[in-house]
Amino acid sequence: MRFLLPLIGLLALAGLASPSWAEDGAAAATATPAPTEPAPAEEADPTFADNLKAYGIELSEDEAKAVADYDAKPDGYVWPTYTTEDGEGSIAADLIGKIKEAANKDSYFTTSNLWLMLAAALVFIMHLGFATLESGLCRSKNTVNILFKNVMIVCIGLLTYALCGFVTMYPGSSWIIEGFFAFGTGVGFDHSDPVAYLANMTSQYGYPYTVYTDFLFQGMFAATAATIISGAVAERIKLLPFLIFVTLYVGFLYPVLGSWKWGGGWLSSSFTDFAGSTLVHSVGGWGALVAILILGPRSGKFTKDGVRPILPHNLPLAAIGVFLLWLGWFGFNGGSVLAAQGGDVSYVLVTTSLAAAMGGFAAGITSWVVGKKPDLSMALNGILAGLVGITAGPDVASIMTTLFIGLSSGVIVYFSVLTFDKLKIDDPVGALSVHLVCGIWGTMMVALSNGAWVDQFIGVIAYGGGCVVFALISGLIVKAIFGGLRVSTEEEEEGLDIGEHGTPAYHIPEAMGR
Amino acid sequence: MKLIIAIIQPAKLEAVKEALNAVEVIRLTVSDVQGFGRQKGHTEVYRGHEYTVNLLRKVKLEIAVNEAFVEPTVKAILDSARSGEGGKVGDGKVFIVPLEDCIRIRTGERGSDAI
Repeated sequence: MRFLLPLIGLLALAGLASPSWAEDGAAAATATPAPTEPAPAEEADPTFADNLKAYGIELSEDEAKAVADYDAKPDGYVWPTYTTEDGEGSIAADLIGKIKEAANKDSYFTTSNLWLMLAAALVFIMHLGFATLESGLCRSKNTVNILFKNVMIVCIGLLTYALCGFVTMYPGSSWIIEGFFAFGTGVGFDHSDPVAYLANMTSQYGYPYTVYTDFLFQGMFAATAATIISGAVAERIKLLPFLIFVTLYVGFLYPVLGSWKWGGGWLSSSFTDFAGSTLVHSVGGWGALVAILILGPRSGKFTKDGVRPILPHNLPLAAIGVFLLWLGWFGFNGGSVLAAQGGDVSYVLVTTSLAAAMGGFAAGITSWVVGKKPDLSMALNGILAGLVGITAGPDVASIMTTLFIGLSSGVIVYFSVLTFDKLKIDDPVGALSVHLVCGIWGTMMVALSNGAWVDQFIGVIAYGGGCVVFALISGLIVKAIFGGLRVSTEEEEEGLDIGEHGTPAYHIPEAMGR
Repeated sequence: MKLIIAIIQPAKLEAVKEALNAVEVIRLTVSDVQGFGRQKGHTEVYRGHEYTVNLLRKVKLEIAVNEAFVEPTVKAILDSARSGEGGKVGDGKVFIVPLEDCIRIRTGERGSDAI
């Protein structure tokens, strides 16, 4: 993760960022995003000596003296060095060595940190799932375009999260408008500072994992919201305006809205959203809805004779994508326990999977009974609907509630897809039905477990309002700058692979337009 | 010399190949084609909406034969490419067109020897 420091440093030199780690050690430690729930307040802030003692670190005489000197006057403190027969030494490096040793012995910290890093990797795999799902459900002539967007979104999402997203989303106490708006830049801290090291790389961070694990796990989430938009506007949006729109969305709006709940903002105690039915999925869904409304449907989808289905070019790819997303969801929800707490993690994985299974089953059967044929794409959407639905409360839902949420989400997603078609809102991959509709539904259904219908509703409305206003303003500005968001009709017919990229995805003749 | 062009159901390709083999017609070109005739199309369903597919997949056979082989070839195709007892609309057609010449690239032989 050290590579991020020079990167952010470069941006800082360019006047783009003023990274928090560049401040002195003590300030960096406090500017580092605090966990959602602040550590219990004590009468006086614990000193560094207290913290070291709490972490079971025994100090030598020289070290104890240096720590006491630091605690007496932390500002501008320079850690002493010494010379022995073996050569130069530094108290700071010795302290960091002892902190590392203590962390290694902390088995709950070590397993939790490991689980969260694995969970981050699982959430990363979801981007592959989105890539294959979206490209599979669209026409072969737009495959390269969809994949290029997915690739760029992961890259941009992670970079903007490092640039400003992480600190903006988890501002600790540094709000600009208390509880509503914070903005900060950078990730990381001075690794040679033992105070910052203890505060960021051990369970003294407030959670049993490091600041870097926290960053990576949350950063993987951020890009997910933008990917949801990508599928909904596929096959017709110009590449550059799209990338600018999602960069603003994922780089600015997502962390600001995230701070309201997960960053300790105004919704943090009333509203319940465990892993992001609202914060991630409906945020992506609202952006997708606004983008579709500005953009309009794909040409040929809605004719005067009714809806003309535009066929997917590779359902096996779509199926692979959904299975990958289900796999990734083990990290998305299981990691959101934010610790390797045995009971909590295993229960969350069970509710997550049961909701997915019930959602896929319900949507498959609904399409069979209502639509006369068992529709694979609907069953796939149903699995995702169940997953999105349970994500707001997989830790609190009982097994029966979980099955109900899965079942209802699976049925809802089927009728939602048909309803959006009736409204002439063209969503090639069903992103609105899965992420927006079931995201809202799942968030409200948390109230089945905790009874807080009003609080959940306020949260849903607040996020919806924030997203729609921001997406509308930024979308219309981007549209005005580029003189439209759509590719030309000719390019749409020829396919965006050739029009935007000059590269076909498959070097075989296109079979009669399918 | 005649060129026999047959449009058949894709699923019948194996049966037709076997029947042609049985009458010692062992030269054959096969291509995937799409088209429609009296069979028109059929209805498919995607995400709750029905739509008509009117270009149907067929397989096209091209067989160049000497006169003596024309009738056995046609009979083999008819017997093997028919669906069920009485056949179905969509089973395809056979066209026979005169073949002016035929040249084997390897040797330069011409006419019926080259077939």
